[in-house]
Amino acid sequence: MNAQERKKQRIPTHERKPQRRKKDFFEVNLGYEEAEAVNEAERCLQCTNPLCVKGCPVNIDIPGFIKKITEKDYKTSGEILKQYNYLPAICGRVCPQETQCEGACIMNKMKHFQPISIGKLERYVADWNREKTDSKKELNISKAVNKKVAVVGSGPAGLTAAAYLAERGFEVTIFEALHLPGGVLVYGIPEFRLPKEIVRHEISDIEKLGVQIKTDYIVGRTITIEELRDEFDAIFIGIGAGTPRMMGIPGSELIGIYSSSEFLTRINLMKSYDFPRHDTPVRVGKNVIVVGGGNVAMDSARSALRMGQTTQFSHHDTYHPNHVKVVYRRTESEIPARIEEYLHAVEEGIEFHWLKNPVEYIGENGQLKAVKVQHMKLGEPDDSGRRRPVPIEGKFEVFDVDTVIEAIGQTPNKLLLESFPQLKLNRRGTIEVDQNLMTSVEGIFAGGDIVTGAATVIEAMGAGKQAAKSIINYLSDDSDSHHQK
Amino acid sequence: MSYTILKKVQAAPNEYDIWVKAPQIASHAKAGQFVIVMADENSERIPLTIADTDKKEAIRVIYQVVGTSTEKLAQLNVGDALSNCAGPLGQPSEIPEGKQTLVIGGGVGIAAILTIIKTLKEKGNHVTTILGSRDREHLILENEIREIADETLIYTDDGSAGKKGLVTDGMNALFEAGKRFDAAWAVGPTIMMKFCSLVAKEHDLLIWTSLNPIMIDGTGMCGGCRVKVKDTIKYACVDGPEFDGRYVDWDILMNRQKQYSKEETESEHVCKLGGIHPSQSKEGGLQ
Repeated sequence: MNAQERKKQRIPTHERKPQRRKKDFFEVNLGYEEAEAVNEAERCLQCTNPLCVKGCPVNIDIPGFIKKITEKDYKTSGEILKQYNYLPAICGRVCPQETQCEGACIMNKMKHFQPISIGKLERYVADWNREKTDSKKELNISKAVNKKVAVVGSGPAGLTAAAYLAERGFEVTIFEALHLPGGVLVYGIPEFRLPKEIVRHEISDIEKLGVQIKTDYIVGRTITIEELRDEFDAIFIGIGAGTPRMMGIPGSELIGIYSSSEFLTRINLMKSYDFPRHDTPVRVGKNVIVVGGGNVAMDSARSALRMGQTTQFSHHDTYHPNHVKVVYRRTESEIPARIEEYLHAVEEGIEFHWLKNPVEYIGENGQLKAVKVQHMKLGEPDDSGRRRPVPIEGKFEVFDVDTVIEAIGQTPNKLLLESFPQLKLNRRGTIEVDQNLMTSVEGIFAGGDIVTGAATVIEAMGAGKQAAKSIINYLSDDSDSHHQK
Repeated sequence: MSYTILKKVQAAPNEYDIWVKAPQIASHAKAGQFVIVMADENSERIPLTIADTDKKEAIRVIYQVVGTSTEKLAQLNVGDALSNCAGPLGQPSEIPEGKQTLVIGGGVGIAAILTIIKTLKEKGNHVTTILGSRDREHLILENEIREIADETLIYTDDGSAGKKGLVTDGMNALFEAGKRFDAAWAVGPTIMMKFCSLVAKEHDLLIWTSLNPIMIDGTGMCGGCRVKVKDTIKYACVDGPEFDGRYVDWDILMNRQKQYSKEETESEHVCKLGGIHPSQSKEGGLQ
């Protein structure tokens, strides 16, 4: 392969071997070495009208940060990233770049060329800055504007809104219901895909901007909406899509059936992979079925696989591979999961069963023993544009199984919503907002999954940023008359 | 926020009565609600009913040591702080006005009925109370409750306090004496709540039971605490914890409470190996 040929292909990142990595919760992807990052950055054509920027929900100056990598000026590169995105080490790891920046990259239109590996470069720069730069760096915070904003929820939407506002001189307090900040970044996405140390670091950077994070604070309970409105000039609600949707089929109460939310919360937030050093257990049988085809299903399946292995955290000294199947009611081409996550799951030995849908759980003495699945075929396209799965009459199959994890989506968490009946909801139960992300109540804004239904980290961040801009406009329109009483 | 322990009393063998500084929770708590506490950052999230509140400054919880995390909690003394405390969670009790009410508490569940009784009295209800426990040593809050309730019956398994028998014997005795109630509460071990509900059902009596399935977040996020009431799935943490016991599927609840019995034995095993405290029972369940 000559140099020209080589430039067509992206430089792959290092990944731990499936046989090795499936035994522990350490990160799968190891990212680039410096020379590789520079070589990959040099592939970038530095378009004058970059399509990648339009493909990014927060419109990062992608050619700009990549240019600085070619100059080995990683510090400036990191500063460019942080102008647009407060969580670059996270986005570099979990964004679906293939449908966003990388999907828009001009190189896709050129025969035999692969798009620039933008996500992995973002990760490289963010990691370099985390490891190499002085944490006491000078912060670029505007003069205080004497306005207080409450942010409800410390997930990607809330963190982004808070950081954007704090940088512009607003006094921001984040209220988080759980004992740790981060939302889905800490309870949902597993360690092997997003190390929690990185989440902690990026959140501490946001705290350095002056954002105050109050954990154990359940808005609607620990503090009422009225109290918040009295104390703050504006409120941003970014509470995510927090309640699991479940199949609700016969046998759902048997022991061994989890929602993906419970399963992943036990493992990620409560660190039950490190039981008994952490007190919260999780029970995973030898035969596991995960229902669903999204990223959460992949995370659940790969976590279940790892729970059966010897890990350095475990006191077990024997090797007990779990058998994990994913059943999905459509086919491989309809799965919503990122291709990278799906391929990782396949490499690790997860079995995929397409066109099957559980219809009954069968138990013995209260414990799940088997799952009856209905065989499906694809019919006409539905609202999502994907072909609708329809049951094939009379065609069933029974799998012996100890554990089922249902990863079939989320609905809005009603805890906050029911304590705030003035908020207008749309027919899906999510919060209705105008084009500025203001809710039906003046001065109260919302964004992320609680508005759109379950989506991605970066889309939530985009919404957080947009809401922050709207809040600034709203509060600068007319200084004091907006103060909520 | 520092959730400092302001007061600590051993209420019974293996049961502790503590006051925790938590002004924001104390000022918002209502009867029937609970908090989730963590003794340290590696703890389980333990749901505990708020037994009382004081001048909007502190909350009182009474807990039984049932495993590793509650043992860690028991190690904390006055002046120490819990690592986390979140609440108030759950729906408050539905308190009527000017009615005849019956409130039953069993074991550590007696802690949960104290605020219910107080609130019922504030709303002009007549309150008859039945307290039950294994023996005199395990009977908690007797004097406090006698002071506020209109009438208090005591039952113990061995007859060392009150009458020998079960709280359901007390219920039957009241009904046989011609007593009639408009609403009842029963909080205690699941099996006690089940049998109280069966007796209440015979007498067409609304009976609120505070369900105690295993929980994690307590905010409706995980779905682990799902229970079946009137053939519909409910989340005890956000829809409850109080449900009309006549319509609760008790067998499902009791089965789901056993989910982690195996891991608890394992934790005990590790205790012998590595000095970690033993865990005999599930800790995720509401006390």
